[in-house]
Amino acid sequence: MAEYKGVMTYCEIVEGSLPSITYEVLGCGRKLADELGQELCTVLVGSDAENLAQEAIACGVDKVYVVEDPLLKEYQTDAYVSVMEKIIGQVMPQVLIMGQTSVGRDLVPMLAFRLDTIATLDCVDLAIDPDSKQLLQTKPVYGGNALATYTCDSYPQIATVRDKVMSPSEPDASRQGEVIAIDAGLEPSVIRARLLKKIKDEEDGIKLEDAQVIVSGGRGIGGAEGFNQLQELAVLLNGAVGASRPPCDNRWLAPSRQVGITGKIVSPDVYIAIALSGSIQHLSGCGQSKSIIAINKDPEASIFKYADFGVVGDWKKVLPAFKDKLKELLP
Amino acid sequence: MRIIVCLKQVPDPTSSSSGTTVDTEAKRVIVPQGTPPVMNPYDENALEAALLIKDAQGATITVISAGKNLAKPVLRKSIASGADELILLDDAAFENLDSYATAHLLAAVIKEIGEYDLILCGRQASDTDAGQVGSGIAAILKIPGITAACKVDPQNGKVMVERVVSDGIEEVESSMPALITVSSELGELRYPGVKEIMAAQRVPITVRKAQELGVDVSQMKKPNLVRLSSPPGRKAECQFIECETPEEAGTDLALKVKEAQIL
Repeated sequence: MAEYKGVMTYCEIVEGSLPSITYEVLGCGRKLADELGQELCTVLVGSDAENLAQEAIACGVDKVYVVEDPLLKEYQTDAYVSVMEKIIGQVMPQVLIMGQTSVGRDLVPMLAFRLDTIATLDCVDLAIDPDSKQLLQTKPVYGGNALATYTCDSYPQIATVRDKVMSPSEPDASRQGEVIAIDAGLEPSVIRARLLKKIKDEEDGIKLEDAQVIVSGGRGIGGAEGFNQLQELAVLLNGAVGASRPPCDNRWLAPSRQVGITGKIVSPDVYIAIALSGSIQHLSGCGQSKSIIAINKDPEASIFKYADFGVVGDWKKVLPAFKDKLKELLP
Repeated sequence: MRIIVCLKQVPDPTSSSSGTTVDTEAKRVIVPQGTPPVMNPYDENALEAALLIKDAQGATITVISAGKNLAKPVLRKSIASGADELILLDDAAFENLDSYATAHLLAAVIKEIGEYDLILCGRQASDTDAGQVGSGIAAILKIPGITAACKVDPQNGKVMVERVVSDGIEEVESSMPALITVSSELGELRYPGVKEIMAAQRVPITVRKAQELGVDVSQMKKPNLVRLSSPPGRKAECQFIECETPEEAGTDLALKVKEAQIL
């Protein structure tokens, strides 16, 4: 077995800066590197990635590999997989971790199969086994009904981590590290699936993942119009509107509004679940909320098992009264 | 146009969601008794994507499924919905396959089929939630892989795909053959009519065993399941607001959450 050594993280960049998941990945990477007593390196890929290298170092990285190329301006599977394959071939890390984001979900499986190794996606815990030094990868299965811990015997050991689970790294500007530029060496012909256009959802107000209050609706809202009422409450509470899967599948709301295992992981102070049954897949996305308030006409709805306050009743009647009273009460 | 759809049989996620328990000793998930097998919902979305293409421009759709003791009546629904051919890779060796083995097995069978324009899979399975088989098949067959599609439209020898990402939609154009994983936003699988269900009974199904396929999954790399446990549940004691009318309950709820300083 060739020498696989050290922990590598992939530093996702969003609009020129590092999103919160990247800090979580770096925090987790540092912890694993310390458990192994080895180096932590990171990979910054993009068209203007170098100026983020110092930030990564401040977050505990020993070595930063920077790959810049005009072909890497936007995420495209073929280009990014090729670049990562090349870097891993050069660096040979024992462990590679990145975030369970749109990029992570897409990049990691393809990369793992290209490297002929095994990856575990959507981990909620990562640790190093003190005896075997293997990566212990824990992820929810059966929609969150069980937690499975895996190891694998092939290298690198690859995992993605769920959003908002790992402790983020605290930047310390006095930390020192090395920055190494790597030539992408990309031929345009590598890109077989080309990104033509990205249509971003209009962000009216606070982002779902940043909101301290989320007003979420389920299938029982019945249509796009119903969500206008939820929006009014969200505006009143300075929050954002979310949904379970059915409203997004039916396009009552943009797919990016979905909370749950196939959508976003959120952890607001208050999660208001309206006409939403509370499937375990949905709870996987909002179960970390500090408080949950549920309105549902079905007293058996499983959301009530997770809620702190509940009203059994027709949301169309409950919600307007709730909103009016809050308007009165809130400063 | 020849389309291959990969389809997994799973315990019905809607009826198994409550009551699923974990046998930590045997490291097994136990779904409630009587949970019926169904087609993985995301794979149904993939089949629907194939059927939409067939509607628009004609296509031959081959469905492949791998597992142990597959339920023919369940998988035959794919034929009733409009697929042309069903191949079952059914063998005791194919029980609880992980992503690595599944992708290698399916890729081997697809290679044998040889000619195809598109391979469609669900974005993930509702039981394992791994989300790796599709990309794995693409990597093994060395064809482009596009994930989380909500629209698949082949035209002029290329395929246009809209894919769901966290902040919107991406439009991707790819050469063919290509592998595309499909997300639920594409739409639910159509309901077959009684006539179609009856007709599907007469369509022969191809069943193949591990030995004749020349694929030995026991020799493949695999993840080691070290531990299986129940997740820590969210502990909450729901305080129900009980009033004469729903309007009063709404008002009272506002008072209570204000009092508790939640809002």
